[in-house]
Amino acid sequence: MWHVPQRSPSLSLKSRGGVGFFDLCRRFQRVQTDQLPPPRLQLRRIDKRFPGCHANKAVSLTLQPGEIHALLGENGAGKSTLVKIVYGVQQADSGEILWDGQPVHIGSPAQARALGIGMVFQHFSLFESLTVTENIALGINAKEPLETLATRIAEVSQRYGLPLDPQRHVHDLSVGERQRVEITRCLLQNPRLLIMDEPTSVLTPQEAETLFETLRRLRDEGCTILYISHKLEEIRALCSQATVLRAGEVVGSCDPRENSARALAQMMIGTELKTARSSVSGTRRGEARLQVTNLSLGALQPFGVDLKDISISVHAGEIVGIAGVAGNGQNELMAALSGEHRCADHDAIHINGQAVGRLGPKRRRDLGMGFVPEERLGRGAVPDLSLADNALLSGYGRQALVNRGLISFRKVNAYADRIIHAFNVRTHGRRAEARSLSGGNLQKFIIGREILQKPKLLICAQPTWGVDAGAAAQIHQALLDLRDQGAAVLVVSQDLDELFTIADRIAVMCHGRLSSLRSARDTTVEQVGLLMGGLFETADEWEGDHGA
Amino acid sequence: MAHKPSFMPRLEPRGHASPAMVYVTPLLALAVTLLAGGLLFQVLGFNAPEALYTFFVSPLTTAYGLGELVVKATPLALCAIGLALGFRGNVWNIGAEGQLTFGAIFGGGVALACYDMEGWWILPLMVVAGMVGGMLWGAIPALLKTRFHASEILVSLMLTYVATLILSLLVHGPWRDPEGFNFPESRMFSDSALLPVLLAETRLHFGALFALAAVVGGWFIIARTFVGFQIKVMGLTPAAGGYAGFSQRKVVWLSFLVSGALAGLAGVSEVAGPIGQLQPTVSPGYGFTAIIVAFLGRLHPVGILLASLLMALSYLGGEAVQIGMGLPLAVTGVFQGMLLFFLLASDVLIRYRVRFGRPQQEAKA
Amino acid sequence: MSVELLDATALLLVAMMRAAVPLALAALGELVTEKSGVLNLGVEGMMLTGAVAAFAATVSTGSMTFGLLAAVLAGMAMALLFGFLTLYLLTNQVATGLALTIFGIGLSAFVGQGFVGQTVEPMAAVSLGALSGIPFIGKLVFGQDPMVYLTLALTGGIWWFFARARAGLVVRAVGESPHAAHAIGYPVRLIRLGAVLFGGACCGLAGAYLSLVYTPMWVEGMTAGRGWIALALVVFATWRPWRAMLGAWLFGGITIIQLHVQGMGVDLPSQVLSMLPYLATIVVLVLISRDSTRIRLNAPASIGKVFHPEG
Repeated sequence: MWHVPQRSPSLSLKSRGGVGFFDLCRRFQRVQTDQLPPPRLQLRRIDKRFPGCHANKAVSLTLQPGEIHALLGENGAGKSTLVKIVYGVQQADSGEILWDGQPVHIGSPAQARALGIGMVFQHFSLFESLTVTENIALGINAKEPLETLATRIAEVSQRYGLPLDPQRHVHDLSVGERQRVEITRCLLQNPRLLIMDEPTSVLTPQEAETLFETLRRLRDEGCTILYISHKLEEIRALCSQATVLRAGEVVGSCDPRENSARALAQMMIGTELKTARSSVSGTRRGEARLQVTNLSLGALQPFGVDLKDISISVHAGEIVGIAGVAGNGQNELMAALSGEHRCADHDAIHINGQAVGRLGPKRRRDLGMGFVPEERLGRGAVPDLSLADNALLSGYGRQALVNRGLISFRKVNAYADRIIHAFNVRTHGRRAEARSLSGGNLQKFIIGREILQKPKLLICAQPTWGVDAGAAAQIHQALLDLRDQGAAVLVVSQDLDELFTIADRIAVMCHGRLSSLRSARDTTVEQVGLLMGGLFETADEWEGDHGA
Repeated sequence: MAHKPSFMPRLEPRGHASPAMVYVTPLLALAVTLLAGGLLFQVLGFNAPEALYTFFVSPLTTAYGLGELVVKATPLALCAIGLALGFRGNVWNIGAEGQLTFGAIFGGGVALACYDMEGWWILPLMVVAGMVGGMLWGAIPALLKTRFHASEILVSLMLTYVATLILSLLVHGPWRDPEGFNFPESRMFSDSALLPVLLAETRLHFGALFALAAVVGGWFIIARTFVGFQIKVMGLTPAAGGYAGFSQRKVVWLSFLVSGALAGLAGVSEVAGPIGQLQPTVSPGYGFTAIIVAFLGRLHPVGILLASLLMALSYLGGEAVQIGMGLPLAVTGVFQGMLLFFLLASDVLIRYRVRFGRPQQEAKA
Repeated sequence: MSVELLDATALLLVAMMRAAVPLALAALGELVTEKSGVLNLGVEGMMLTGAVAAFAATVSTGSMTFGLLAAVLAGMAMALLFGFLTLYLLTNQVATGLALTIFGIGLSAFVGQGFVGQTVEPMAAVSLGALSGIPFIGKLVFGQDPMVYLTLALTGGIWWFFARARAGLVVRAVGESPHAAHAIGYPVRLIRLGAVLFGGACCGLAGAYLSLVYTPMWVEGMTAGRGWIALALVVFATWRPWRAMLGAWLFGGITIIQLHVQGMGVDLPSQVLSMLPYLATIVVLVLISRDSTRIRLNAPASIGKVFHPEG
């Protein structure tokens, strides 16, 4: 079933060998000619280099009309670069692009849109302070009055099951709604190729299902969809063809419906995937290390989320996971827990039995808290400083790296070396700038820095977001080991798979509220999905299990 | 894919900041400034080499000239070291001129109050008063920044105008020399209130040692102390500072108090040194030029020491071409501005390298 | 009210509006620059360059039109320098703005050396015959110099641009998120450069008004901090053009009152009165900045941040 990647453009039709029989039938029906239409898009030997990184190595790819084609690959495999080239955001160093069989040069997104290419970005290209209509007006080529555009937006979004109010400001919208804005923006231009970059990472499982319906409908109307993801199950459910990228190269293509997720993963990663395992069977829960009681806190940022009446406890020897769609108050909760945003109510947060609501990060760390923020570069680490300096950043207190106001460089260096060694951080030494590390290596460094301080409580936001699979497995292992050694661990993640892999108990955040905790073993993805959509009561009715 | 070959230079990020470029770019900027300056002189109808010689070399040919160089470098270095500390922490005190003026007012006030007294204690008292004065004037923007989020840039600058007006008010009114024929100047300070001259036949005074001490002290704070580290982190990445538990307020206060004190010290050293009395203007813009000095010296005390000497030379050079060639004194400002521009522009080489054309592996139509 | 009192009030208001012109022009220019996400602290330097260029050109050619043109070009040349450094060489905007001011002060003093002490014929007020003769209203509405009207028109124009025009929407978008704007295909740096140049042109004009109309002569450093006050006005206005105009009138009023009080022989040292505009700026800044959420809601989100399209 696996193909050697097509090197020669003239043979590219062969790459359709994996297309299912029904697809072919449907395609023939629709075209109703005895000749195959030319592929909608063909990439031939696309090459792109960045300083220190060969992002795309002679990548060839063929997309047929009316297919949903998956572009699979790990973080950093070169998927985003490739689609940016297709959308004209970046230019290839060499290679050819054929559109409907004709060679084209796509010099800008406007040119791409004029051809009929639409793109939904992973990090949305939206402007918070502008309305939906203004945002869409900015991203389409046609210059039409905002009033008629607003009508069309309401119309089109309704038709595809993506209801939108054109007058609302983007900052008022949920992440899912924001994605609808992006999709509607594309649909308004009757795209013939729609590129979706990791679209479900910001959706609840139920929302994702709705999105798939929309995409299938578009496909049936003849639109080609290039679907980028590393979530294998959804690719198997949605796509009829997949191309796998690894380290910038096409390593194969296949029909994902005919392959197991495991086989796809192996192709993506190149080796057998190791999964993290706990050395202790069955967890013994100890005393409460973090106790949050009725925490309510107004947002600091203009468009932030207010925290409402949050209660949660994390005990020694357990990992508690907080699930939820991004932007539902997780960042605000993290700031409140880390001490970056202090609460007026001193008793709302207890660490190791001591009230800490009004204490800052330093004092909380002294009590045994470790903290790994979501934003690695720019919060967890200073990009322009060396790893040694970044070891000092949070380690100064518990590692006694500072003596009477003076930095002990000897100790700082030793500590940095210890982190690099113990957590297998790939770098050319402690003097390397934090910015020079890959996402996975930097995350290993930061988590290592926190864990080596022997925290009694570790709070960790999005531990493996954007991290390659190898590093992710190592990080999961480290968190499990920490728990097994008796620490309390709180993990906030958008990735449900991750939470179900490592968490003992799970709660869900939505609109600044936190659901009750429930045992991960007795909870289903569907239940968590309902909670992520804010249906706290419904989910509780579904099964009366509250976890204690 | 049809690419137009492009010969436009592009910037390509370096993986690492180039340590060599940190030292090379100030020299590069200086070289370009010399070129541009020479061109300017030529355009104005002067012989460029001669003018450049007069500007940059002739002031250094006498012992007196060298003394003057240090005299002018002293307030520049003092102010710039304080400013650099703040700039590292992203605290933009651009009102060193005002803090310098207030240092002169406080220190000078002590001198005038002790006019008919003698004693070794008068000078130390003046120095302390001057530093306190500069600190107080620096405390205002710090307070308004930390309490009300008011831009420290604008507040510290506005306060410079206010400080100058207060000094003017004092020397026009209550502190005017009673025997001074109504000139807006204070009495000349008594000998006990004057900084000793270090080198006979020059005006080189004790204040130069303050500047040296500030260089050492500044270096120590930046390179060795945890406070220096906190300032650096806050300046580079405030969010990481917040994460680590460092306080933005502390950095703002510290920057303003230290730079205020050093600027105040510069002010009192000026009035107790080369000037010897209070005048409506006690500084030809040292507080502003110190901003250039701080950047040119890479916000590093040793660099600042060198940069302050160079900037001092630009003052002497301006005077030299004014006397020798009849050029306006303002040529000093033009040179200072150009140098800062060229420095900022060439700094791009630290993080980026310049590439011409696109990297093309294979030529394809 | 007696006719004399009315007339005196009208004169006072006219004077206030005239004093407001340079502040308003500079503030409006900076407002547009900042809306695109660029903070240019070189306002004072660009104003001085504009002032000296206008004066030199007018003295040399005898034409005030050439003077104004020269001011616009000089302001834009300075802004171009700033734009090139910050947008293409990615320098720190604060430092570069300070450099621009320092350079502008030096350059204008240097160029203006030969023009100290000379005078030009000040710009005549508009005269609409009978209309300008109407008591009170006549002087106030129909009897100002053309630049006063130009400033008002510019305020309205900029308001319209940002509230209604598609191009204004694009500038706002670039100021809000240059990366998003880049991703959907806008030439972020060119748009920003345009906004910076517009700011330079306005600051040049503001300087020209000082040296050609308001004073009218060239004095070294004649802007006396007006460029910095204009920067404060932009914050005060929370980036809205009409509020910037209002702020300029407020400060124009303070300047005029201070002059009149001095003229009336009130027993206050002149220095104390001269401090008023600076102290007022601080007070206004404190009052407006106190509510930091309001500032953050209105400020262009990307202001002052370096943008590199590939990084």
